[in-house]
Amino acid sequence: MSTHTNGNAKTNRMPPTHVEIRVRRRERRDAAPYWEEFRIPYRPNLNIISALMEIRKNPVTKDGRATTPPVWDMNCLEQVCGICTMVINGKVRQSCSALVDQLEQPITLEPMSKFPNVRDLVVDRSEMFEHLKRVKAWIEIDGTHDLGAGPRMTQDEVAERYTYSRCMTCGCCLEACPQYGDGNYIGPQAIAQVRLMNMHPSGKMTRDERLEGIMGDDGITACGNAQNCVRVCPMSIPLTKAIYEENRETLVHGLFGWLKR
Amino acid sequence: MATPGKATKFAIVGGGLAGLAAAMKLAEAGHAVDLFSVVPVKRSHSVCAQGGINGAVNTKGEGDSPFKHFDDTVYGGDFLANQPPVKAMCEMAPSIIYLFDRMGVPFSRTSEGLLDFRRFGGTLHHRTAFAGASTGQQLLYALDEQVRRYEASGKVRKFEHWEMMSLILDDAQVCRGIVAMDKSYQQGARYANGEFIQVHPTSIPGEDKLRLMSESARGEGGRVWVPKAKNDKRAPSSIPESERWYFLEEKYPAYGNLVPRDIATREIFQVCLDGFGVYGENQVYLDVSHIDAATLDRKLGAILEIYEMFVGDDPRHVPMRIFPGVHYSMGGLWVDFDQRTNIPGLLAAGECDYSIHGANRLGANSLVSCVYGGFVAAPAAIEYAKNVERNGADGSRVYDAELKRQTELNEHLKKQSGKENQYVIHEEMGKWMTDNVTVVRYNDRLKSTDEKLLELMDRFSRISINDSNMWATHALPHARQLWNMLQLARVITLGALNRDESRGAHYKPDFPNRDDERFMKTTIAEFSEEGPIFSWEQVDVSLIEPRKRDYSKGKQAAKTAGAAGGAAENSPTKDGAAQVPASGWDQKPRDLSGATVWDQNKEQVRDVNHGEAETRREQGKSITDAGGKSDEV
Ligand SMILES: Cc1cc2nc3c(=O)[nH]c(=O)nc-3n(C[C@H](O)[C@H](O)[C@H](O)COP(=O)(O)OP(=O)(O)OC[C@H]3O[C@@H](n4cnc5c(N)ncnc54)[C@H](O)[C@@H]3O)c2cc1C
Ligand code: SF4
Ligand code: SF4
Ligand code: FES
Repeated sequence: MSTHTNGNAKTNRMPPTHVEIRVRRRERRDAAPYWEEFRIPYRPNLNIISALMEIRKNPVTKDGRATTPPVWDMNCLEQVCGICTMVINGKVRQSCSALVDQLEQPITLEPMSKFPNVRDLVVDRSEMFEHLKRVKAWIEIDGTHDLGAGPRMTQDEVAERYTYSRCMTCGCCLEACPQYGDGNYIGPQAIAQVRLMNMHPSGKMTRDERLEGIMGDDGITACGNAQNCVRVCPMSIPLTKAIYEENRETLVHGLFGWLKR
Repeated sequence: MATPGKATKFAIVGGGLAGLAAAMKLAEAGHAVDLFSVVPVKRSHSVCAQGGINGAVNTKGEGDSPFKHFDDTVYGGDFLANQPPVKAMCEMAPSIIYLFDRMGVPFSRTSEGLLDFRRFGGTLHHRTAFAGASTGQQLLYALDEQVRRYEASGKVRKFEHWEMMSLILDDAQVCRGIVAMDKSYQQGARYANGEFIQVHPTSIPGEDKLRLMSESARGEGGRVWVPKAKNDKRAPSSIPESERWYFLEEKYPAYGNLVPRDIATREIFQVCLDGFGVYGENQVYLDVSHIDAATLDRKLGAILEIYEMFVGDDPRHVPMRIFPGVHYSMGGLWVDFDQRTNIPGLLAAGECDYSIHGANRLGANSLVSCVYGGFVAAPAAIEYAKNVERNGADGSRVYDAELKRQTELNEHLKKQSGKENQYVIHEEMGKWMTDNVTVVRYNDRLKSTDEKLLELMDRFSRISINDSNMWATHALPHARQLWNMLQLARVITLGALNRDESRGAHYKPDFPNRDDERFMKTTIAEFSEEGPIFSWEQVDVSLIEPRKRDYSKGKQAAKTAGAAGGAAENSPTKDGAAQVPASGWDQKPRDLSGATVWDQNKEQVRDVNHGEAETRREQGKSITDAGGKSDEV
């Protein structure tokens, strides 16, 4: 249930006077990437976003050359929208919750590598939303008119669903997953959403349709059980548990599904 | 791309709760929706909302009712909100919560498996449904999922990373969006009650952003205190109970830490001003460390983690240090009771409209007002589309003209060169506004702030964009937003200057009382090149008679202004005794479906927006060319 800031190593050095940041940039999708280095005055409690904002105010590289302001995405600034995800010192995480004080310098910032790079640190993660369509990650309600309360549930059931429903589609798990890429695996994020929907009393009623969404060659069986995903998920979502449960469901469905037809 | 059948196509700007709620309703009624949003809708700001959503479901047997919700809301808003839409929202609220429940939101439960409710500010009832402490995220995702379902079936098309640059007037559309709102203002939409800005009492100071510590922390028993001795250097844990000053509980025995936000904010401000701030600084303690850790994790986990992540202390053991921070705008686009702005065909709902919260918003009333607004806007838009005259050939001329105007504006900005940096201007504007136009307001300082804003506007004409690469740049959109913000900052500042009274979040020490005679009026600003033009509109108080707001006592009974059903509604709750529903008060939630409107219309609606999609795409393309960010669609 808990979120955590992965990879924040506490360091107890004297505060530096400056912060050095290397940014891997790219002008447009098909352009070649290149590195640029920046140097900004140190302030306590800087996060990567404030550091980037500082650079943007005065876009000059470390060696004094004027450049364009680096481009990145941000919105909530409290690790709940997922938009600002990038690779920081080699680890995929949210830049809003990455504190400069807890990072080794020079800090390197790179866009995620598993998704098309739009510009600089911005990537296009629309394939994750496409996967949600494919697995029908929604409850088939009869309509939005007033039909009274929903089904009763125990707090325990709700608590388990809640852990899955915190997924902010950030893509960290996909970035870290050795199997994910080039469209050969749907990935843990979508499978966890299948779990979320299949646990709901109304969601159960259309469970089979969702299972079919994760049963192809690029489905759940493509998981190599490397467990990288669960280690990087900023929302601490039990991804391997979801994979285990859904694997079981798909097996049962594969074995006995035909009986229901 | 004309849609088959007799369905109409609607454009919605914004995919937060309000935009998605409207999209879902329109698609369900069989219409086609083009949904435009700057960020992928699932990442909209609604995701930040933590504490919960209000609706008088009365599961705790406290005699809560939609009427009491209604009364708490207008009383909390210091009688500046028009009452009929507030009443309608409170009636709809329970069914909105039930709908989210059916859509799969993991609301926290009671031991019987029913929805659990917690307390929030400005009420004495448990009225706030919550999903852990990330309710906004859960509600937004539920709507996002339902809209995705319509997207999969082809009813909804999403245009994410598209920014609305301007309205194309003369065209049927539902509109929503905070940035959109200031743009709409410059195109003639009336802006209401701009001067009412909510400063949230408990935020976590931060470099890039003041992060919020949700009111739910107090709803679950969190206590605000400072050491009784000024400049006490001891760690909070070594300060004994008797040497702590729980100033909110002392001054407001009935509501305690759950007084409305404007009041809590002013008290915290004053305590710090008087030198009682923790360690002599502008901060007070918000303490949940007396609550057991398991309960905290279950009910408040997400927000305590945010504190821990950004401050480093664990609030389960160490009291949090907080201070008020700017949070919400009660003001916004002027809309009528059907969410229509004064521009025909432009509807607005969500945080960008002004309609529900009056002079001060109660916690957990925003999520419900956003969904309500979206649900009302959808049928109203259908109704409008049904009646609108298609403007035929003339249409493309309107589009072309607007497109040309926008392109010119962008070109002008791109060519501009000068020494000014837009991000610096932004920072200065923010500082002046925070210092002078938030919690305490003085007329001389408001005047000098307006002069400063004029200076910044002048300097804006000398900024250069600094980014020659117009692909996916943020620099140009930011510049345009900044210009809109400066315009709006003047509306806020001058609106505050004009209002010589104190009401809700607007507080002038030189005019400490509410003045219903002169100011129980909605401020309305209209754009002109010379600056905003102000007018005032009477507030509709036809349902509950205005009375003095006083949170030091339990709330005084509401007097209904109308003839019907007074007595029963007014009877105060006796300690949890079940309340007899008021006679004349319709307990049944308003039907959410709006089916009557739609069924009638479906057959008759003409494809009034034929050709619109193409034109919009044109417009979007120009955004890309001009530097707006756009994924290929
Ligand atoms: C930290 C925090 C905690 C909160 N907690 C609570 C709570 O507990 N309870 C409660 O009731 N309320 C709470 N609120 C308030 C509530 O969350 C918001 O008022 C509400 O979610 C706003 O919803 P919305 O749909 O109006 O706007 P948003 O969710 O902000 O959505 C705006 C949408 O418009 C789009 N957009 C904007 N401009 C443009 C443009 N020019 N072109 C195209 N698209 C555009 C954006 O991309 C986005 O999709 C909280 C707010 C915050 C910040
Ligand atoms: S466990 Fe499966 S999904 Fe997770 S990282 Fe490994 S291969 Fe990928
Ligand atoms: S499962 Fe975790 S890592 Fe993967 S997208 Fe969701 S929040 Fe991100
Ligand atoms: S900005 Fe939303 S997660 Fe970082």
